[in-house]
Amino acid sequence: MRRSRTALAAVGLLLATLPAFSAEPVAAASAQGGHAKLEVPYTEFTLPNGLNVILHEDHTVPAVCVDVWYYVGSAREKPGRTGFAHLFEHIMFEGSKNVKQGEFDRLLETAGGDNNGSTTEDRTDYWENVPSSSLELALFVESDRMGYLLDVMSPARVDQQRDVVKNERRESFENRPYGLASIKLSEALFPPNHPYHWPVIGSMEDLTAAGYEDVANFFKSYYGPNNASLVVAGDIDSKEARRLVEKWFSDVPRGSRVQPMAPAPAVLYEEKRMTMEDRVQLPRLYMAWITPPHLHPGDAALDVLSEILASGKNSRLYKRLVYDLQVAQDVSAVQQSQELASIFQITVTARQGHDLSEMEKLVQEEIDRIKNEPPKPREVERAVNQFEASFYQAMEKVGGFGGKADQLNAYVFAAGRPDYYNEDRARYLSLDASDVQSAAKRYLRDDGRVVLSVVPAGKTSLAARPPAPAKEK
Amino acid sequence: MRRRELVAAVLVSAASAAALLAQAPDRSRAPAPGPPPALKLPAIQKFELSNRVPVLFIETHKVPLVEVAVVLRSGAAADPKGKPGLANLTAVMLDRGAGSRSALELSDEIDHLGAEIGASADWDETAVAVGVPSERLGPALAIFSDVVRKPTFPAEELERVRKEMLTTFLQWRDEPEAIARVAFARAIYGDHAYGRVTEGNEAFVRSVSREDLERFHRAAFAPGNATIVAAGDVTAANLKTLLEASFGSWSGTGEKPPAVPEAQQVKGRSIWIVDVPDAAQSEIRVGRVGAARSTPDFFPMLVANTMLGGSFASRLNMNLREAHGYAYGASSGFDFRLSAGPFYAAAAVQTDKTSPALAEFFKELEGMRKPVGEDELTRARNYLALRYPRGFETTGQLATRLEAKVVYDLPDDYFTSYTDRIAKVTAADVARIAARYIDPSSAAVVVVGDRRKIEAGIRALNLGPVRVFTVDQILGGGKPRAQDPKSK
Repeated sequence: MRRSRTALAAVGLLLATLPAFSAEPVAAASAQGGHAKLEVPYTEFTLPNGLNVILHEDHTVPAVCVDVWYYVGSAREKPGRTGFAHLFEHIMFEGSKNVKQGEFDRLLETAGGDNNGSTTEDRTDYWENVPSSSLELALFVESDRMGYLLDVMSPARVDQQRDVVKNERRESFENRPYGLASIKLSEALFPPNHPYHWPVIGSMEDLTAAGYEDVANFFKSYYGPNNASLVVAGDIDSKEARRLVEKWFSDVPRGSRVQPMAPAPAVLYEEKRMTMEDRVQLPRLYMAWITPPHLHPGDAALDVLSEILASGKNSRLYKRLVYDLQVAQDVSAVQQSQELASIFQITVTARQGHDLSEMEKLVQEEIDRIKNEPPKPREVERAVNQFEASFYQAMEKVGGFGGKADQLNAYVFAAGRPDYYNEDRARYLSLDASDVQSAAKRYLRDDGRVVLSVVPAGKTSLAARPPAPAKEK
Repeated sequence: MRRRELVAAVLVSAASAAALLAQAPDRSRAPAPGPPPALKLPAIQKFELSNRVPVLFIETHKVPLVEVAVVLRSGAAADPKGKPGLANLTAVMLDRGAGSRSALELSDEIDHLGAEIGASADWDETAVAVGVPSERLGPALAIFSDVVRKPTFPAEELERVRKEMLTTFLQWRDEPEAIARVAFARAIYGDHAYGRVTEGNEAFVRSVSREDLERFHRAAFAPGNATIVAAGDVTAANLKTLLEASFGSWSGTGEKPPAVPEAQQVKGRSIWIVDVPDAAQSEIRVGRVGAARSTPDFFPMLVANTMLGGSFASRLNMNLREAHGYAYGASSGFDFRLSAGPFYAAAAVQTDKTSPALAEFFKELEGMRKPVGEDELTRARNYLALRYPRGFETTGQLATRLEAKVVYDLPDDYFTSYTDRIAKVTAADVARIAARYIDPSSAAVVVVGDRRKIEAGIRALNLGPVRVFTVDQILGGGKPRAQDPKSK
């Protein structure tokens, strides 16, 4: 059963690992023997208060998803208030003017509904999955907190969710092996004035410092309908759904205008090496680079590169480190695509008796190999075929994280329109081996990256040491 | 004309929008839900292969994907004495060499098809599944049938997997949840078959041989012990032809695994503290022996558990998370198996609130023994019944539903009658379930956390005798070795 409310960055990761393709019936794909156009029929309109609305019909099961994205995440946080966007997300479930505290969940559960939300650096999302006969209830609770959250907000509600979020931090970071590594990595990758420098979960001190005033200001600054997008997808009649959306959302007052973020692009001009001790049995190596933002040139090639490096037994790193040499327990590689800048990350856990200098040397050899000669066509095909299958899978489910409703909003957010499937897929289908090689050469620079060693307490000797400089010939 | 109509339509919509702006909707009460929509489940088609292997199939064409799973009625409960983990290890080894292909060749071909093969052993069954774009179902099934029927268990692959699993066990020492899982099973079940975890233990993994795997495979992976379930974008006729080609010639007798004896109920209360110095949270588990999947109490148990800890608005979560802020979440559940699996209530709570949190657990378990209100009962029933159709959306979900039908011999109308059976659960049923299955006077408690900071508080609650364990005592094997024997 669900036991958590917040999946931090869940969608961000999904977009990175599974390209957010989606479509309605595509049985035509095989008939044409190629890659048929993917279609998700939808209706899009904007309410006078600025709320963007997308409707999509899928009658597979008698259920509806109401999915809202607000274009605000931890990147908008002020110094001294890290973690606030996510704390705010929690507070959104604590009731609004016409929904008493505790009633949000009780009303939905009584109707057979589930709900959740998540916060990333770039955006915050909320969804309700309900039987189609309860669409109006979902629109009521969602519109009430969009319009009337502050009417009932109190310092006590902030305090209560502050404690919950602190326990989320303890459970997902502090009491989890290697849990603090991701925080350390983004701090090292991005300079202090870059909005990706601090973690979505925030620091304990900042969570302690956040107060009622912050909630009021944040809501007024970022939670207007003109800074949001609503998808209603599933077993709906589009005309009736439009009528209900207009009924429940039209009275929500327009909010402040939100300026786009334009931080100076972050570039690493050096290799930063760091070591962290943790309560772990085995040392783990992290190598991370700043890479092009989601949908920008290079982003898809790096997705495919991550597959070629670490997905499946024949992938370069798995085969060498885990399968052949048996010196590592696991390897992974991911292009985590984000709005302002992406992160390409390689992770290797060493087996007992092996240290991280050995891991780094092997990883470096594999990176160099792919920089020096393009991957084999078979390797690229394997990766692209896996991507194809994963977007079919992403078309099966309407609601929840990664469902079609979520994906439509993800495309609106990243590409400005919901039907970006074909363009997105084309990014992968058009890649060849030399594109993957060039991406490795251009972005996985030896002189612009973070190398983090997480080692068992007291065993800093297991950390990755820089290789001795090569002697001049 | 057309244009004129369009303009009129725009005007009307602008006018209605303006009217709505002026006149906000009545928010004084929540919109009442309409009548719940019925689940229109596509028919479950049934046929047999020529070797009498039964096939259950749900046809759907929304997305060009097919999921096929072979279900064997032998799982971890069928592990022979002294070989805990054999079913699991057999499943793990299936795709490490099969038919004429090596592990790397299998992986390459499956990946290239855009397919995925997964094998896992649960307590009551082993399931091997393949998901693949429908146009490549044929080639995928050819490889899949080798993985199910003809694994070769190469010696060098067993050594690889042995190392991998021993390392996994070593890593469990870092994971409070894993430690709690192992301790909790033992605390409730002791020497009973369910007193361990399906992965087995280090001693077994060190000693298991190829012959063990072959023997288990011969006994469990036989047509008489197997059912094939499938869902997705293929017609029954095509599916039958493809399955006949890949599984029709499968022969062998196999062995029916022995039934798991009923476990003894936990006597009184016992509290185990497993010491993890400096832990930021304590993993709490409270539980006892529940009931078998076949119990006539199944539906009332689901409803009672939903109220206690089966949903976000449940008592445990509202108390530990929302009222007290002790935890990110709290939950409970019945783990239904062929024999009586555990009942559990669980949360990870901040270290300095461990004993008050534990007291709240017992308060909520005790609270279930008082009469329940109609609102709460309705909410729990609706939550289960009305969300049920959403579990039939994807091919993976459909195949998993069919799998459960096979393993637990569920009747043909099980899925379509589920909602009605939940609706019939009464307050008296819930009272009966609480008295029988959620009795806090007989419960095993496991707390994995920093002993120095939590022991005194836990003892002061006077719940029962307290025993303190080290992680080594729970996970066994003593201190991890400084050096793996095979490394430099």
